[in-house]
Amino acid sequence: MKHVISVLVENKFGVLARIAGMFSGRGFNIDTLNVGPTVDPSRSRITTTLNGDDKALEQCVKQLHKLIDVIDIKTYVGTEAVGRELILLKVAANSENRIEVTHICDIFRSKIVNVSADSMIIEVTGNENKVKAFLELIEPFGVTEMARTGTVALSRRS
Amino acid sequence: MNGADCLVQSLEREGVEAVFAYPGGASMELHQSLTRSKKIRTILPRQEQGGGFMAHGYARATGKAGVCMATSGPGATNLVTCIADAYMDSIPLVVITGQVYQQFIGKSAFQETDFFGMTLPVVKHSYLVLEAEDLPGIVREAFYLAETGRPGPVVIDIPKDVQQALFKPVFSSEEMRMAGYKLDKPKATDEELKEVLKLIEKAKKPVLYTGGGIISGNAHEELLTFAELSGLPVTHTLMGLGVFDPAHPQSLYWYGMHGTVAGNWAVCESDLLICAGARFDDRITGKVDQFAQEAYVIHFDVDQSEHNKNVFANFPIQTDVKYALGRLSELAKETGFKKPNLKEWHASTAKWKQDYPFTYTKGKHLTAQEAIEALYEESEGEAIITTGVGQHQMWAAQYYKFKEPRTYISSLGLGTMGFGYPAAVGVKVARPDKEVIDIDGDGSFLMNVQELATAKIEKINAKCLLLNNQHLGMVVQWEDRFYKSVRGHTILCDPDNLGGPDNLDAVYPDFIKICEGFGVKARRVSKREELRDGIREMLETDEPFLLEVIVPYTEHVLPMIPQGKSAKEILTE
Repeated sequence: MKHVISVLVENKFGVLARIAGMFSGRGFNIDTLNVGPTVDPSRSRITTTLNGDDKALEQCVKQLHKLIDVIDIKTYVGTEAVGRELILLKVAANSENRIEVTHICDIFRSKIVNVSADSMIIEVTGNENKVKAFLELIEPFGVTEMARTGTVALSRRS
Repeated sequence: MNGADCLVQSLEREGVEAVFAYPGGASMELHQSLTRSKKIRTILPRQEQGGGFMAHGYARATGKAGVCMATSGPGATNLVTCIADAYMDSIPLVVITGQVYQQFIGKSAFQETDFFGMTLPVVKHSYLVLEAEDLPGIVREAFYLAETGRPGPVVIDIPKDVQQALFKPVFSSEEMRMAGYKLDKPKATDEELKEVLKLIEKAKKPVLYTGGGIISGNAHEELLTFAELSGLPVTHTLMGLGVFDPAHPQSLYWYGMHGTVAGNWAVCESDLLICAGARFDDRITGKVDQFAQEAYVIHFDVDQSEHNKNVFANFPIQTDVKYALGRLSELAKETGFKKPNLKEWHASTAKWKQDYPFTYTKGKHLTAQEAIEALYEESEGEAIITTGVGQHQMWAAQYYKFKEPRTYISSLGLGTMGFGYPAAVGVKVARPDKEVIDIDGDGSFLMNVQELATAKIEKINAKCLLLNNQHLGMVVQWEDRFYKSVRGHTILCDPDNLGGPDNLDAVYPDFIKICEGFGVKARRVSKREELRDGIREMLETDEPFLLEVIVPYTEHVLPMIPQGKSAKEILTE
């Protein structure tokens, strides 16, 4: 099962290495990891998705809590939180199929951010399901490169 | 003042009395400042690892953070084992290392290593000091983190330019604030504790399983009170040796792979297992799914990540263990707690105790077990014992009876050979009033033999009972039992001319001569009739002393639960 873990940390030297090292050292299997600043410049938010059962999630959260630079941890399942991922992908689209690709992009409200004679770069944002559906449709055209941010999430509650 | 002076003043403000420090290019500035300190004794080990284990011994003997120091690069890497060791056994250690000038960091400069990065998996916390102004705050935090909650090692890596920076430090005595660290001790609620009491009232075969947390939490008195009030049998881990007097009728002494049959079987058959300050290590549980199968498990621990980590706890309680045990006794009195009737249970455990004591056969040759028993008697059980790792470590725990906390000091989680003698030096610095004896094996002792020089020159009266069997005894034992006695590089003397009680001339190396080179008094005994006299001479000598006892390598540590087996499959012969 996939769990989203949102970790508020001190924006200090080595904090990402501590967290990444804990995951690898204790054998947790993570899918994505995202780090970025928060409204408070002294703090950062690390969002990660963990593949594992509830027991793994429980251990993972407790081990994170042991790290001194970790201030707060939230875990989300289902619709408790809004989760989004941004993907940039380069599709081998030329004049013959460019229109078709553009059409798929319109349906998914994704953006074409660069076009050249034989490729285009698409920016797509969405939750896991939307991204998955989009990729299934676009892959037949030939995805040559891809960059993903990994999930970021915020709780719906205030 | 400069950064180095500021560091030393910060250490003084933390009440540091001794620092175990080996200098080098990137830390000599710190040593210059240490020469100016009137409060801190700086002890020079002969290898950084020795210094690390001295600090470790100091910390275990006192409960205060031990401090060790090394230069950058190889000096620092020599401390990694000590840090990992302290992390495993939850020992407060403050490790200070010099680092190259900041301008050289990342440039593969001479004696540069990324020590911060290298130690991340084995520290409670760590700092790379980038500004000299941060030093007072960092030192204060480091000691606080090392000593509170679940103790552990903290690394402070200090670039040379920070040591040399001139500035006016601000020493704060305001309340500590760390957003990610709880300053209050976690405490069990009365509701939780009342529930525990109810479970005890109903139990037929309850056991208290305690560990090192009782020592670091300073909770042995609360443990005794609660154990007597509830009538529960008490067993503990090797980390918990000394938390409960083995002569107490409720004591099952220590359990685990080589522990008492009574302790192992009691836990195995228990219907209520109350774990306080222990962590269900694999040497305790054996095969996890067969561990205490019928038991309802209550787990008190200050570190919630230990709950459900190795063994599922039906009732996990995050708490300071001293508070929980103390409050349990209070609540028991307040609520009219009824002691469960454990007559049958006590009869069973008493029978196991009687039927399966730690035992060995007295043969032709003097054995390690006999030597330890004699040491126990001659020192009246009053010495603080350190050990290396292996058979002698187990025998020390079996035949020297430990009745007080902080008297058995051993590398238990990490199992580091070479721990014993430097640890003894550190303990003796902390407890000059006590007899401190390293019970060691020839393999382990040789790993940090250079610390004889520290003991001699610094006049630190640490003794060593060296049980020399010319082999790596514990591995030999496994070879005998599981590998058809094929010796996979476990012989420490000439394999074609084995040294031993029947071939004294072939004993290698000559530890007496080694000691002579170091200027340390030493004596070898190999016969039963010489043993007591040798021990007495060691105890009466008011300087470092090594008593070498030549013993056969054929002895096995028993009882033994083979790896991956359950307590029921314990071997007693």
